Amino acid sequence: MKFTLSWLKDHLDTEADALTVAETLTRIGLEVEGVHNPAEALRPFRVARVITAERHPQADKLQVLTVDSGDGEALQVVCGAPNARAGLVGVFGGPGTYVPGSDFTLKKAAIRGVESNGMMCSARELQLGEDHDGIIELPADAPVGASFADFAGLDDAVFDVAITPNRQDCMGVRGIARDLAAAGLGKLKPLNIPAIEGSFDNPVEIRIDDPEGCPAFYGRTVRGLTNGASPDWMQQRLKAAGQRPISALVDITNYVMLDVGRPAHAYDLRELRGAVSARRAKDGEKVLALNEKEYELDGTMTVIADDAQVHDIGGIMGGEHSGVSETTTETLLEIAYFTPDNIARTGQKLQLTSDARSRFERGVDPAFLDDGLAILTGHILDICGGEASRLTRAGEPPVEPRRVRFDPNRTAALGGIEVPVDEQQKILERLGFRIEGSDAIVPSWRRDIEGTADLVEEVTRIIGYDAIPAAPLPRAEGVARPTATRSQMIERRVRRAAAARGLDEAVTWSFIGAEEAALFGGAPHVLANPISEEMKHMRPSLMPGLATAVRRNADRGATSIRLFEVGRRYLADAERPTVGILLAGDRTPRNWQDGKARGFDPFDAKAEVLALLDAAGAPTANLQLTMGAGETWHPGRSATLGLGKNILAAFGELHPRVAKALDLPTGTVAAEIYLDAIPASRATERARTAYSPPLLQAITRDFAFMVPADLAADNLVRAIRGADKALITCARLFDRYEGEQGLSLAVEITLQPGEKSFTDAEITEVSKKVVAAAEKLGASLRS
Amino acid sequence: MSVQQLQARFDQEIAAAADLAALDGVRVAALGKSGEITQLLKSLGKMDADTRTAEAPKIHSLREAVTDAIAAKKAALEGAELERRLATERLDLSLPSAEAPRGSIHPVSQVMDELTEIFADLGFSVAEGPEIEDDWHNFSALNIPETHPARAMQDTFYMDEKGEDGAPMVLRTHTSPVQIRTMQKKQPPIRIIAPGRVYRSDSDATHTPMFHQIEGLVIDKAITLGHLKWTLETFLKAFFERDDVVLRMRPSYFPFTEPSAEVDVGWSMEKGRRVVGGSEGWMEVLGSGMVHPKVIAACGLDPDEWQGFAFGTGVDRLAMLKYGMDDLRAFFDGDLRWMKHYGFRFLDVPTLSGGVGA
Repeated sequence: MKFTLSWLKDHLDTEADALTVAETLTRIGLEVEGVHNPAEALRPFRVARVITAERHPQADKLQVLTVDSGDGEALQVVCGAPNARAGLVGVFGGPGTYVPGSDFTLKKAAIRGVESNGMMCSARELQLGEDHDGIIELPADAPVGASFADFAGLDDAVFDVAITPNRQDCMGVRGIARDLAAAGLGKLKPLNIPAIEGSFDNPVEIRIDDPEGCPAFYGRTVRGLTNGASPDWMQQRLKAAGQRPISALVDITNYVMLDVGRPAHAYDLRELRGAVSARRAKDGEKVLALNEKEYELDGTMTVIADDAQVHDIGGIMGGEHSGVSETTTETLLEIAYFTPDNIARTGQKLQLTSDARSRFERGVDPAFLDDGLAILTGHILDICGGEASRLTRAGEPPVEPRRVRFDPNRTAALGGIEVPVDEQQKILERLGFRIEGSDAIVPSWRRDIEGTADLVEEVTRIIGYDAIPAAPLPRAEGVARPTATRSQMIERRVRRAAAARGLDEAVTWSFIGAEEAALFGGAPHVLANPISEEMKHMRPSLMPGLATAVRRNADRGATSIRLFEVGRRYLADAERPTVGILLAGDRTPRNWQDGKARGFDPFDAKAEVLALLDAAGAPTANLQLTMGAGETWHPGRSATLGLGKNILAAFGELHPRVAKALDLPTGTVAAEIYLDAIPASRATERARTAYSPPLLQAITRDFAFMVPADLAADNLVRAIRGADKALITCARLFDRYEGEQGLSLAVEITLQPGEKSFTDAEITEVSKKVVAAAEKLGASLRS
Repeated sequence: MSVQQLQARFDQEIAAAADLAALDGVRVAALGKSGEITQLLKSLGKMDADTRTAEAPKIHSLREAVTDAIAAKKAALEGAELERRLATERLDLSLPSAEAPRGSIHPVSQVMDELTEIFADLGFSVAEGPEIEDDWHNFSALNIPETHPARAMQDTFYMDEKGEDGAPMVLRTHTSPVQIRTMQKKQPPIRIIAPGRVYRSDSDATHTPMFHQIEGLVIDKAITLGHLKWTLETFLKAFFERDDVVLRMRPSYFPFTEPSAEVDVGWSMEKGRRVVGGSEGWMEVLGSGMVHPKVIAACGLDPDEWQGFAFGTGVDRLAMLKYGMDDLRAFFDGDLRWMKHYGFRFLDVPTLSGGVGA
């Protein structure tokens, strides 16, 4: 909402300057996004008269002028404007003046050998329009030497105020003035409502066939008018408000909307056939609106139509067909009350925004139809002449006043500030409320006021939030308690552990493309209105997002990429917290010790998974490994880690088909950890179980086995570890050799003696158990 | 040979030993099982008492002198040997050691941890909720009915699927639905923050379709705008680690709060950069207000009994203001160069004792 200071002062009796007005507006909740005074930049420009104009001796298109800018001295100015001539009164800028429209500062200079002491300006040079065909021509009696900005009435600050959706009443200058008056910044002037009787009956029948969508429709005809240009003062205000002047009738309806917040519509009477009614549109009915677009309507939408066709999408936009033009001499004026919810729905459906819609859907003042129409008619008679008919009223607007409970104690109890009751009452009254006992009667223009809390806001915002004393939140006794949940702690630990291991944390989009989603079984959740097809499917895996990041980094020349993300997968049943990891490029760059660079292999992915699971508190020693992590993974080079059916993680190489579709660098390895699958630790106490280090030193023994080619090494190690659970405290694979005789695996076991050292017989006994356990898996001790 | 002569000879031989092996030869010849000094010592037993008394000290002192001389020579030879060896043992330690990758924590995660730590001290726990949200939790329960113009304030992403109420599911446009879910399942008093991803169908230089918000909610009996003001002041001072953080609360409008306030924070220019602190100008950082009675009622609580405040702000934006990034889009690009520059070390864990900035 934009308006000027002088416009505001039409409604508000105040001495306040622009800065004070702006500060007050922001303080009471009408946020000023900008204050701009077009005169600021034009201060140095003066009204000046051209005394003489001679041809430039060196240039055909230039003239040498002498200019009187008011200080009695005749200044020589070189000018290229075709309309420059002796006697012309225009706008002059001297040396040192900044020219806003051209972005340069004038200097005394020689132009083609002739000294020039400034410039006579065009409209464009002063940012007053696009005209650059010649210099500005002012009336011959314009006072030479006077400030041009003052003379042209440009010294008028323009405010740009962001009106929140609850304050329809401030979508007109009048409402803003009322709020400022309530804040003590002056006195609200009485609104001038002309008394217009009308000298003939309205020739157009007005009818309501859709009382739900349009409860009230008032109208009158004005005949014998001239629809020329609107007056300068109105055009200037409209331009300041960001509106383009069109014709007097259009400008007046716009002006009334901006001035008192009341949208209205003017029809060219010549184009209307028979009675005009507010009715529901027929399904499929079409109308060409004033924005030159055609809209297809349906039966939920309210329109204004005559016997022949639709002329107006009620409360949103008029129709092209019956719009007024320069030739209009008779008009039907419409002031209606449209039901806000209906306007909102229709506007949403048609995706059509307009100044009228934004006011009607927020709820215009239902008690302002007569006055609004009188003001509108008054302007038309003043500006366009003609003769007004008597008023036709169809229907009744919902003017029943609302009451809310006024409890002055709530201002302190909710707003946190003590305000004397009488002051609260005065503030509310200045805003238009009436206090009756313990009730406040809400003014008709304040549809947003629904309860006591709203009154607290009205009082506190007018007092100013700055005045509210800060009050410490009561603090629980003692040291602050931990607040993080187990799952939050898991995420934090995993994230820090990954970074500690050299991985970089990425945050990628939650949505991916259809093809990427399809690689991972498709997305159960799909956006209906995505920004693009690449951002349409809620990710069922973190891999595609990370793959995009890997690709981009590789394209930028990164040689070693270790990325992880902690985020959700969006599955059919739940949003699941997940860690995704992609390792691409060099694991170790080429170096002086080893020579060649080394790439990643699935064991690097396994190492990350185990480290992060360990950080998350998962029982990593008990996890079962199952080869082949599923369809998206390389069947022979991937595995899952789980506890029974509960899968905690998958890692390895992605399926070549997937890796290719994601355009991943060769040798990329991946992992996903399913954080919500990690079981809670059983330990509930801080104290550990009792422990004292054994007195005797542990001993180790090595065993090498020939094993079946398909035996998983982990199975052998586990079997050996389990061969004597009391004595064998550790079993570690330390060698693997695949030769002509087959596959050989070597395992070192650690034996921990208790009270006494082992006897040879005991060691032999354990060794036998180890060999027996291995043999069960088809292994044989290597001789 | 006399003892003196022997000593002179051994001294000479010891001095002449060029290496440890030669020295050991001297030792064996003098002190070995059949060494000359050993023989002399053995001969003591065969002497009569008087002779022994006279000879014994000489022989013993010869043994001691030779033993010491050998030890001294051995130390000298070993020293020389070490010097010689050391002269050959040389590493160019300016060569690079094995490179270890240096990981990083994303600024959004770091700032969320910082916020969590600050609010933990104020007694707020962390709550979470779904990102694919139903219309009721995202809008209706927050006093944003279907035709409310406020729906136009937020460019909503709608899902293909519909919720139980028949309305399309949405990607939550704010973290405020977590307020609703918390009030629904937890009896007051409530103090929570809810950080997380939110979505708006908006994409330009300063907007991304996905970003992060943090929501705060306090529900209790006698909570006022004054408590809100204190909480936000306390939080922003702690977060920006400056005492000159100045807040300006302005009346505003959110459907789910009444009264509502937007909060600006003062900035000043330092080294050509806009930083939080001072009051050369204002920038908007937070939306807040007293929870609307309709919202409290929608969650099944009695608005005459319970009241409180809520606030929300952008986590990415807080990160940018504190750590100086100027392009939001880079947050979601996964550019390693950016991450290495703006990311955090794994040990930069925010704590109250160590500070909440890094």
